[in-house]
Amino acid sequence: MKKNIVIFGATSKIAEETARLWAIEGHRLILVGRSLERLEPMKQDLHSRGAEEVKTLELDFANHLSHESFVDDLYQENDSRIDIVMLCHGLLGSQMEDQSSIEKSLEVIDVNFLSYVSLLTPLANKLESAKKGSLIIVSSVAGDRGRQSNYIYGCAKGAISIFAEGLRNRLDRSGVNVITIKPGFVDTPMTKDIEKNKLFALPEDIAYGILKAEEKRKSVVYLPVFWLFIMTIIKLIPERVFRKLKL
Amino acid sequence: MQETYEPWGKLKKSRVDTIYPDQNLFSLQGRSNISYLPHGLGRSYGDSCINSHGDTVHIATKGYDRFMLFDHEQGVLRCESGVSFASILQVIIPQGWFLPVTPGTKFVTIGGAIANDVHGKNHHVGGTIGCHVKSFELLRSDGSRLICTRDQNVDLFRATIGGLGLTGFVSWVELELKKGSAFFDVEHVKFDNIDQFLRISEESDHTFDYTVSWVDCLARGPQLGRGVFMRGNHSTMSSHETCVVSRKPKVGVPFEFPSWVLNSYSIRAFNEMYYRRFKGFERHTSQHFEPFFYPLDSIHNWNRIYGNKGFYQYQFVLPKDEVDALKSIFDIIAHSGQGSFLAVLKEFGSLESPGILSFPKAGYTLALDFANGGAKTLNLMRRLDEIVMSHSGRLYPAKDARMSSEVFKASFPQYQLLEELRDPMFHSDFWRRVVG
Repeated sequence: MKKNIVIFGATSKIAEETARLWAIEGHRLILVGRSLERLEPMKQDLHSRGAEEVKTLELDFANHLSHESFVDDLYQENDSRIDIVMLCHGLLGSQMEDQSSIEKSLEVIDVNFLSYVSLLTPLANKLESAKKGSLIIVSSVAGDRGRQSNYIYGCAKGAISIFAEGLRNRLDRSGVNVITIKPGFVDTPMTKDIEKNKLFALPEDIAYGILKAEEKRKSVVYLPVFWLFIMTIIKLIPERVFRKLKL
Repeated sequence: MQETYEPWGKLKKSRVDTIYPDQNLFSLQGRSNISYLPHGLGRSYGDSCINSHGDTVHIATKGYDRFMLFDHEQGVLRCESGVSFASILQVIIPQGWFLPVTPGTKFVTIGGAIANDVHGKNHHVGGTIGCHVKSFELLRSDGSRLICTRDQNVDLFRATIGGLGLTGFVSWVELELKKGSAFFDVEHVKFDNIDQFLRISEESDHTFDYTVSWVDCLARGPQLGRGVFMRGNHSTMSSHETCVVSRKPKVGVPFEFPSWVLNSYSIRAFNEMYYRRFKGFERHTSQHFEPFFYPLDSIHNWNRIYGNKGFYQYQFVLPKDEVDALKSIFDIIAHSGQGSFLAVLKEFGSLESPGILSFPKAGYTLALDFANGGAKTLNLMRRLDEIVMSHSGRLYPAKDARMSSEVFKASFPQYQLLEELRDPMFHSDFWRRVVG
C-alpha cells in the first residue's frame, strides 16, 4: 500500500537517501526544508525514481511557535493520513567556535533539540489520536556520552534521544512506533571537512538501515550496527578514567 | 580538502585536493597552473582517473547523483553525471527498460562511462555507450555551459565521448534506454581452441545480442585459446516487475591477499577446474541479469586478490583479419606463465561511436589481468605491444597504466584532435604520460 511519508530536514543527505528508497517503493513523499529552492531538484529526482507524488514545504525551524499551525495544516491537507514521520534536520557546528560563543552554542541546541521539541509536541499528539504510524527521529552516537571534542552538538542529540525514549514509552499503547536512529560517522556534506577513515559509513547504507528499522518496528538502532558495540564499551568506561581521555 | 585515490588496479595511491560539483566549480582559478579532473567511482584501472602531478584538483561526482527526468514512454533518462549504473538499473528495470550498453561492472557513473566510451557484451549490435547518448551539458573552465548533441557543439560532443574527462565537466547526461527484460536466456558453449571460438563467434553474433568468452590463457598447444563462450538474449517470458536489483556485494575480500596466492600453478588449477565445470553445451532460461553481466560485482573489492602490489590490466583490439597475431599473443602469454584467470575475449562489431578517441573497432578484443610482477610483467606487455602495434591494433586507455607515448600516439593518431579540444585547465596523469 502507498504510504504518506513526511520528512523534516529533507535536504540532509541521510534524509535524501532514505527518501530515494521510499520513492523506489512508490510512496507519496512530503519534503520539509528551509528552502523550497533547494528542495526542487530533489522533487524531480524522487519523482523520476518512482515516487507517486512529491510535495515540498518550506519551514523556518527556528520559529518554534509557528510549528503547531504548520503541523495542523500538514494534517489537514493530507486528510489526517500520515503513515511515517521522519525528523532529520541538524547542524553539526564546530566545537571550537561554539564553546567560545554563547550565540553559536545556543544555535546548535536550538536546531538540534528545541526545534525537535516544538515539532514533536504537536506531531506526537496527532499520531497518538490516529493510533498508528511510525515516528523516526535521527539522533546520533554523539549523544551517548559527553566528549570534549563534540559535547554541545552531543548534548542536543543526547537530549533528543531521551525525549524520543519518553515518547516511545508514551505512544507504545497507541500503536505508534517511535524509532531512535543513532548513526555514527557518515560521509555526507555535514562531515565534508573531516578526514575520512574506515569508521565512516555511506549515507545510502544508513538509509537502508532506517527503512529496515521502520519495517521491523525497532526502538533504538545504531547504524551501522558496529556502533552498538563501540558505544557500549565507551559507555562502560568509568568517569574517573573517561575524564582523562582525549575523545 | 585532500582525499586518497587508488585506481582499480591498485598500483599507486595519490593524495589529491578534492572539490564537489555543487561548489562554485572553477572558483579556485586564483591558483596559477591549476588543473582539474572529474572523478567518479574510480573503476578505471590505471592513471586515466587520476590527476596528481602539480597543483591538481579532482572534481568528485560522488553524491552528484540526482535524476532529472525519466520518460517511461520514450525510454529517455536525464541525470547528473555522478549517477551510477546500479542506481539507473534500480529505477528503470521496474518500468521495463534496460541500459543500452553496460560494462562488466554496474559500479560506474554515467559520467565515467561516457569519458571512457564503455562497451559491453552487445558491442556487435549496440556499439558503445556513446552511440546512445542524446545530449549532455559541458561546463568549461572559461565559464561556458554548452549543450552538446549530434547537431550542436558537435566537436565537443565527439571529443567528450571517450575523451577521458579532459574536455570539461559533464554536469548532466541524457541517455536513450533500451526496452527489454532484466532476465536473460543464456547459453554456454565450450570451445577447445581459438579456431572453434572464431566459428562460434561468427555464428552467434547474428542470433545473440550479447556474447562474451572466458579464455584459459595458460592452455597451450592444441588447446591454445580454449574457453567458454557465453551468449544470451533478453528473455521474452519473464516479467520485469519481479526483478530485484541487489544493493551491495554479497561477499567481500577483506584484505589484500599475499602475493604468492596467485601463481601460475594456482591459476592453472583454477582455470582447469573452471573449464571442466562446464558441459559442452548448457542452456539457462530467465537468468537474472546480475550474474550474466556483473559476475564480479558480487565480490566486494575483488581487486584485492592481486595483493598489495596491485595488477595491470591489458586490453587490446586487433582487426578481424589479424587472427594469426591473436594466436601468437595467446602463445606468448601461455608460455610466459603470467596470465590470470580473468581473460575475456569478444568480437567487436563495426558500429562506429561518435567518440573521437573511442577504443573499440571491428575485430577481436582480449582483456587480461597481470599481477604486478615488476620488470618481467612490463617486459611481457611490451612484447605484446609490438604485436598489437604492427597489426593495426590498439590498447584501451581506461585499462592502461603503462603504455608508452609512442605506442599511444601511433595507435590513436586522432589524439591531436582531442588535445586541441581539451579544456586547457583539465589534465590527467594518463594524458601527461602519453601526450606530454
